[in-house]
Amino acid sequence: MRLKSLLAAGAVVVIAGSALPAAAQGTLDQIVERGEVNCGVTTGLAGFSNPDSEGNWTGLDADICRAVAAAILGDAEAVNFVPATAQQRFQVLQSGEVDLLSRVTTWTLTRDTSLGLNFAPTTFYDGQGFMIPKDLGVTSAMELDGATVCVQPGTTTELNLADFFRANDMEFEPVVIEQLDEVNAAYFSGRCDVYTTDASGLAATRASVAENPDDHIILPELISKEPLSPAVRQGDDQFLDIVKWVVYALIEAEEYGVNSENVDDLLENSSNPVVRRLLGASDELGGHLGLSNEWAYNAIKQVGNYGEIFERNVGSETPLNLERGYNDLWTRGGLMYAMPVR
Amino acid sequence: MALNAERDTRVSSSTPFWYDPKFRAIFFQIVTLAAVIGGIGYLVGNTITNLERQNVASGFAFLDREAGFAIAEHMVSYSAADTYGRAFVVGILNTFRVALLGIILATIIGVIMGVARLSNNWLVAKLASIYVEVMRNIPLLLQLFIWYGVITVSLPGPRDALNPITGVFLSNRGFMVPAPVEHPIHFYMGIAFLLALVASYLLYRWAKRRQIATGQQFPVYRTALALLIGFPLIAWVVGGAPAVVEVPELRGFNFRGGMSLTPEFAALLFGLTFYTAAFIAEIVRGGILAVSHGQSEAAFALGLRRGMVLRFIVLPQALRIIIPPTTSQYLNLTKNSSLAVAIGYPDLVSIGNTTMNQTGQAVEAIAIFMAVYLVLSLTISVLMNWYNRAIALVER
Repeated sequence: MRLKSLLAAGAVVVIAGSALPAAAQGTLDQIVERGEVNCGVTTGLAGFSNPDSEGNWTGLDADICRAVAAAILGDAEAVNFVPATAQQRFQVLQSGEVDLLSRVTTWTLTRDTSLGLNFAPTTFYDGQGFMIPKDLGVTSAMELDGATVCVQPGTTTELNLADFFRANDMEFEPVVIEQLDEVNAAYFSGRCDVYTTDASGLAATRASVAENPDDHIILPELISKEPLSPAVRQGDDQFLDIVKWVVYALIEAEEYGVNSENVDDLLENSSNPVVRRLLGASDELGGHLGLSNEWAYNAIKQVGNYGEIFERNVGSETPLNLERGYNDLWTRGGLMYAMPVR
Repeated sequence: MALNAERDTRVSSSTPFWYDPKFRAIFFQIVTLAAVIGGIGYLVGNTITNLERQNVASGFAFLDREAGFAIAEHMVSYSAADTYGRAFVVGILNTFRVALLGIILATIIGVIMGVARLSNNWLVAKLASIYVEVMRNIPLLLQLFIWYGVITVSLPGPRDALNPITGVFLSNRGFMVPAPVEHPIHFYMGIAFLLALVASYLLYRWAKRRQIATGQQFPVYRTALALLIGFPLIAWVVGGAPAVVEVPELRGFNFRGGMSLTPEFAALLFGLTFYTAAFIAEIVRGGILAVSHGQSEAAFALGLRRGMVLRFIVLPQALRIIIPPTTSQYLNLTKNSSLAVAIGYPDLVSIGNTTMNQTGQAVEAIAIFMAVYLVLSLTISVLMNWYNRAIALVER
């Protein structure tokens, strides 16, 4: 009896060993079946993805997740937010725990090619900066020789930091801590002279964590380009297309003056062919993406266009008080340029 | 005889071969081995297939690529221009350093606390009990955060650093002390110290033999101490007594020069040491209590002094009970050092995590983690087992 069961177990192992894992279902089908989008976000970064006092995720990155959910499922709230640290983020995407990573992630060649992921269009153009207590009297990043610098591991920030000091022949001592809360605590307790991350992140930290935001200044130099972009798993072109065109649709909507308030009116009455195509009043663009024809309408109606998302989360009315800068529309001198939605 | 042999052959021929214990033993071993290999093969095969399907690069070639990130504490020279392989070496050495120091300090504190709990002095015994109960019942990670918080929040910034003795500075950047400037004589002083160690050992053996032969005692410990200090001192004087000392000095943002103990390292070392020492204290207490009281009474009756009773009667017997569980505590301490990642000490796991994130080579980096901890742990086990055999009861 024992012999038989052992033999059976052995046979099972051998058969299972030779079997290949079943081919994965497409991400879109999984989302539709599940009824929600799994979206990887930060563990809490004001303005980008941050749980409010009621546990609702707010922020620009969180709204991108919502826009994708609205486009696919017609419901912007059908999002399951999965917080991930800077170090975990690629694994949660690779392993399929999340469908979409919308987590202040810089688009680089190495990440695009060797991590098994693809980037959708940039949702926020950023650059790495330095924050330093005002009373140290430093006004330029070139005066930072010998400073102790707080930084999060596993980020492009960590690499840019080393590059910058090497290129300018200066020394620094890194303090590398994984958890955002801990790294903030280390900076504000004075363990480090300088805190470095993306300039938007510095603004968020200064606005939301500092006891007195005016005690800290952000140095004028930006030492890198940080195009923060959503990422999806490589090998599912359809889902990449969906995320890509949802982002473009949000930008296109701002460019053509479509926002969450006038979208119903424009759907009924607009005679502009671009707006009619975008909102699904004419043509069958949603079908090309495997979605309903109201995909962009739902995203704009429920989440707003790119400009609305920006102003709501990081704009001048918020504690972060960021200017549009590079993130303005191309028509106003920024870099936000949507490919034609047609 | 002949009858017996005949019966034997009859039994073996009529019994089916699967009732033969020899055959069964071999068969089950083969089945188990096949199941284990099959299981591992299945997991490895799946991993490789999945990584390939997701276009994630694999292999150890990344170890030769430039790391590009800086590491604050390194015992071998390291800069951002070095390779990932060298970064791993830096991490391994950092782990090794904190584990080794932690084991030494935890042993010392643990033995003191264990003996203190048995003290006749009510206050000492109670204080030791409180220490043990508090330390071993608070999770280590919390203790690390507390130590790190205490160091970085309570100490002043480098510009207002405490300066208890000239040249010694205490700030939230760490503990800075003067250090001698590197000089070739240090190497020769090290050799002199090793020579003194050998001489002390020879002296110890000679004194023991003399005592057995003649009954005369020789002050071995004092002489050995003089040798250990004297030899390097002579080497130093012969080398011209180079006494250039580098004093830490506040330049710009931070102190430069001298030696420093960073808050991260200090917090990790304190946390690991005090946590593990609490467990060792209990092991020591148990070991001493296990030696029957009659043993020391008999020794006192023979006229041995208190110290001699402890050294020759109680400790040799207690050690046999103390060593094996203490080995587990050493292993725990070594593995717990990976919690360093939470407070920013650049140990193996911290550097490995960064590497994993920059290169995406999670499977490879974790394989390196496992290999390193396995080798470290097995080394400690081997050393402790060897020591355990050396002090084991020799039965005549």
